[in-house]
Amino acid sequence: MAKQYVSATINGESSEFLCETQQTLLDVLRDVIGLTGSKEGCASGDCGACSVIMDGRLVCSCLVLGVEAEGSEITTIEGIAEGEKLHPVQQKFLEHAALQCGFCTPGLIVATKALLDENPNPTETEARYWLAGNLCRCTGYDKIIRAVMDAAAEMRGETVA
Amino acid sequence: MNYITSSLKIVGTRPVRPDGVDKVTGRAVFAADTRASGMLWGKVLRSPHAHARIVSIDTSKAEALKGVYAVVTAADFPEIPSEEAFVGEGPMNFRDLALNCMARTKVLYEGHALGAVAASTQAIADEALALIDVKYEILPHVIDVEEAMAADAPILHDDMFTTGVDPKPTKPSNIAKVVTFRKGDVEAGFKEADVIIEGRYTTQPVHQAYIEPHACLATYASDGQVQIHSSSQGHFMVRAYTAKLLGLNMSDIRVNPAEIGGGFGGKTLVYLEPLAVALSKKSGRTVKMQMTREDVFRASGPTSGAAVEVKLGAKKDGTIVAAKQVLKYQAGAFAGSPIGPGCMCGFAMYDLPNVDVVGYDVVSNRPKVAAYRAPGAPITSFAVESAMDDLALKLGIDALTLREKNAAKNGTKTHYGPTHQNIGFTAVLAAVKSHPHWKSPLKPGQGRGLATGFWFNIGGESTALVHVNEDGSVTAATGSPDIGGSRASIGMMVAEVLGVPASAVRTIVADTASIGFTHLTGGSRVTFATGMAATQAAEKVVEDLKRRAAQIWDIPVEAVEWNDGMAYPAGSNAGEFEPLGLAELALKAARTGGPIQAEVSVNAQGAGPGFGAHICDVTVDKETGHVTIERYTAIQDVGKAIHPSYVEGQIQGGAAQGIGWALNEEYIYNDKGQMENAGFLDYRVPVASDVPMIEAVLVEVPNPRHPFGARGVGEVPIVPPMAAIANAIRGATGLRMPDLPMSPPKVRAAFDAAG
Amino acid sequence: MPRVVLSSGSAGQQFTNGQTEFEVEATSFRRLILELERRFPGLGKQVEESMAVAIDGEIFQDAYAAELRPGSEIYLIPKIGGG
Repeated sequence: MAKQYVSATINGESSEFLCETQQTLLDVLRDVIGLTGSKEGCASGDCGACSVIMDGRLVCSCLVLGVEAEGSEITTIEGIAEGEKLHPVQQKFLEHAALQCGFCTPGLIVATKALLDENPNPTETEARYWLAGNLCRCTGYDKIIRAVMDAAAEMRGETVA
Repeated sequence: MNYITSSLKIVGTRPVRPDGVDKVTGRAVFAADTRASGMLWGKVLRSPHAHARIVSIDTSKAEALKGVYAVVTAADFPEIPSEEAFVGEGPMNFRDLALNCMARTKVLYEGHALGAVAASTQAIADEALALIDVKYEILPHVIDVEEAMAADAPILHDDMFTTGVDPKPTKPSNIAKVVTFRKGDVEAGFKEADVIIEGRYTTQPVHQAYIEPHACLATYASDGQVQIHSSSQGHFMVRAYTAKLLGLNMSDIRVNPAEIGGGFGGKTLVYLEPLAVALSKKSGRTVKMQMTREDVFRASGPTSGAAVEVKLGAKKDGTIVAAKQVLKYQAGAFAGSPIGPGCMCGFAMYDLPNVDVVGYDVVSNRPKVAAYRAPGAPITSFAVESAMDDLALKLGIDALTLREKNAAKNGTKTHYGPTHQNIGFTAVLAAVKSHPHWKSPLKPGQGRGLATGFWFNIGGESTALVHVNEDGSVTAATGSPDIGGSRASIGMMVAEVLGVPASAVRTIVADTASIGFTHLTGGSRVTFATGMAATQAAEKVVEDLKRRAAQIWDIPVEAVEWNDGMAYPAGSNAGEFEPLGLAELALKAARTGGPIQAEVSVNAQGAGPGFGAHICDVTVDKETGHVTIERYTAIQDVGKAIHPSYVEGQIQGGAAQGIGWALNEEYIYNDKGQMENAGFLDYRVPVASDVPMIEAVLVEVPNPRHPFGARGVGEVPIVPPMAAIANAIRGATGLRMPDLPMSPPKVRAAFDAAG
Repeated sequence: MPRVVLSSGSAGQQFTNGQTEFEVEATSFRRLILELERRFPGLGKQVEESMAVAIDGEIFQDAYAAELRPGSEIYLIPKIGGG
């Protein structure tokens, strides 16, 4: 079957690509467009390493078909920073040492941005349940949650002691 | 030189890691992120059967498919003769490693590789796999360790005769070996005991469950030069094993270490690389391979399931007079479970006069086990620390007091031989005693558990290279893949010695052609051994810089001091010279002898063992059997925390893995020996909502054999959690859970059985 | 003379006919391996390939040069790795 033509906005830029009908958005991002920041950990929507924001909604890009991206606005990890300036979530992950191998980190940062876009003042429990779809095997989540809460506070304009 | 008592400016602080920005922006390159022009996708044909003879393989239809450029089977690989070795941090035979990568006459587990294809797209590769016609003669299979030991069990290897028994057996067996460790007279000891505790414990196989599946790119060029780009815990290991399995010269292979997305021991050997190289050779193109998550569960190296019996005898005052243990560990399809360490670690933290430990290494039809964080120790400590808790209860003694009474100290002779020196177990127990968690009252319905753990930690061979760039900045290169933040700690040690800010040192991981041999990242060795090499290299650079300053000032070298990143004349007799920093000295490098650098290789001795103690509070839901971890404190002797955040990270991560092992993780097999839960939905690892904050308490009893006092830290934290949680459940409910995982159905069943 | 103890966990007993403790004349670890190989053919090789060595309590990583004192106690145990 011939490839399908798809046009979408990715990280604020118009993007046009050809993909096979069975290719997932994750496959397209990584192998067609070359944005390899989103990772494949399971290809079944269980680990969150492929998390992207699609039309304002947090999704596993391995559960979205490439063709479904037609006309949508997608934010990947590559679109979180503003040029050279890191997003507060990224900065706090670094300061709190909330990553070790770093493989789950892109998905976690995207998921955290989605959380704080929706709920700028989450409790620890709300943060943990929102991020339950992002598996991390290295950190035990402790420093990740601290980074998330600290980033949320900074984005609300509060200084944390 | 030794900096243990020096006042330190950088070591012990928490700078942002040098590779951090790439990781939080998605720019860091893991093996699967790379592509090459003209690249082919490689995929593996895997056995659907747990045990079968390969009657025939016909690859002709697959080879004929348009878009397929190579198909390989065992026929494309040399037959590797039997050679015992220490492979991937555990005992293994190279012949077995080769057969594990590509089956020859038999498949020994579901998922066992028996062929591979390279095609222009993943879809075509998948189609090709389906076109490979394999005729199997299905054989009866066995998985459970004790079933595999039974006299009538299906035999995996006709040439496996149990070693370590007398007389030598004449019938083949699934028991590869028996090991024993004895001290004193355990039967006499039990006669002296006032109280005896016996227990039988079982554990299920679990996987390291790194989020990044194995992946690699390989190119076999027409001149025989091989390039491999791979995520592994050791690129020198990848080079050596790939060379061995394919009959190539190591010198013709260059391995580039990609960033690695977790290993925990599971990436200390090869699965895909030899296949990718063989496919590349046959097709003349670069081949990329990555495992699916199902492949990772079915066909990499999950750890042993086991059955363990423990018997403890103690006097009324809590002194343990006799300790006996029988351990049976699954090795998977080929011999080589971590039975040795399993036998050695359970009692390693205690001073016991009479000990008898017997261990069985047993093969069965599941993937060959690979190392998993303190291999062998979590299982043995689950059993021993649960029994210790029952002993404390029976004696009417506090769980901590029982440990204190029997604690190993400096000078304690272990039951496996060596005498403990410079250990921190007593300090760890003291830290438990004084910790607010231990002293805090329990809420109604809660239970508290305590458990301890031990790991040897290793040193070994490492190379580090420190060079001063023309602008005075510093690069430190090592051969150690960074799986936990080691680039940060190594850079910090180098910066400390040089006296420059941490940000002035960039640490990289160099490939096999660019740095001297370095043993793989595992065994909690990098901060210790590679850190030692890097420190010594930095010291050599300092000596060189002093010599150059002396030359510039035209004074004797003895008259030069080095402080805070600068050369100073030592006293006013030496002359009134302005201090020279790295930038100024680098400017004059050519005139003072040439490029400024030093490379040091070590075979690091004196790695100090680590001890840990975990405190866990739980509540147990009687209706659902769900266990909630309310509070968790992990206390560990870390020697010296070079970068405390990454040391805490190791402790928290290891504890979380232990929590998963305790409460939910297990391989579920159907009656055909196939794994039914080969995915993250049903192989349930801890998620963020499963665990509270994990408080990591760093006790620092310096290891005098490391320049900064560091001990390995990465493995100890996975050892105590299972028993800590089991003991907490016992505290909360009165129920002893001897079988892992303590998942809701099991806990509910225990409640039901208790009535 | 240095005393060598073979823990049975180390699969060395198959070369020594069950004997687990012996004294060996050697002042360096290298000499010790050569002596063991001489007295029990195959044992020296086994020690080098698959055993860890603890000399007076300290586990050594394959160091020929490690010195042995007259009263040294040497334990041969299974090789230790990690994960």
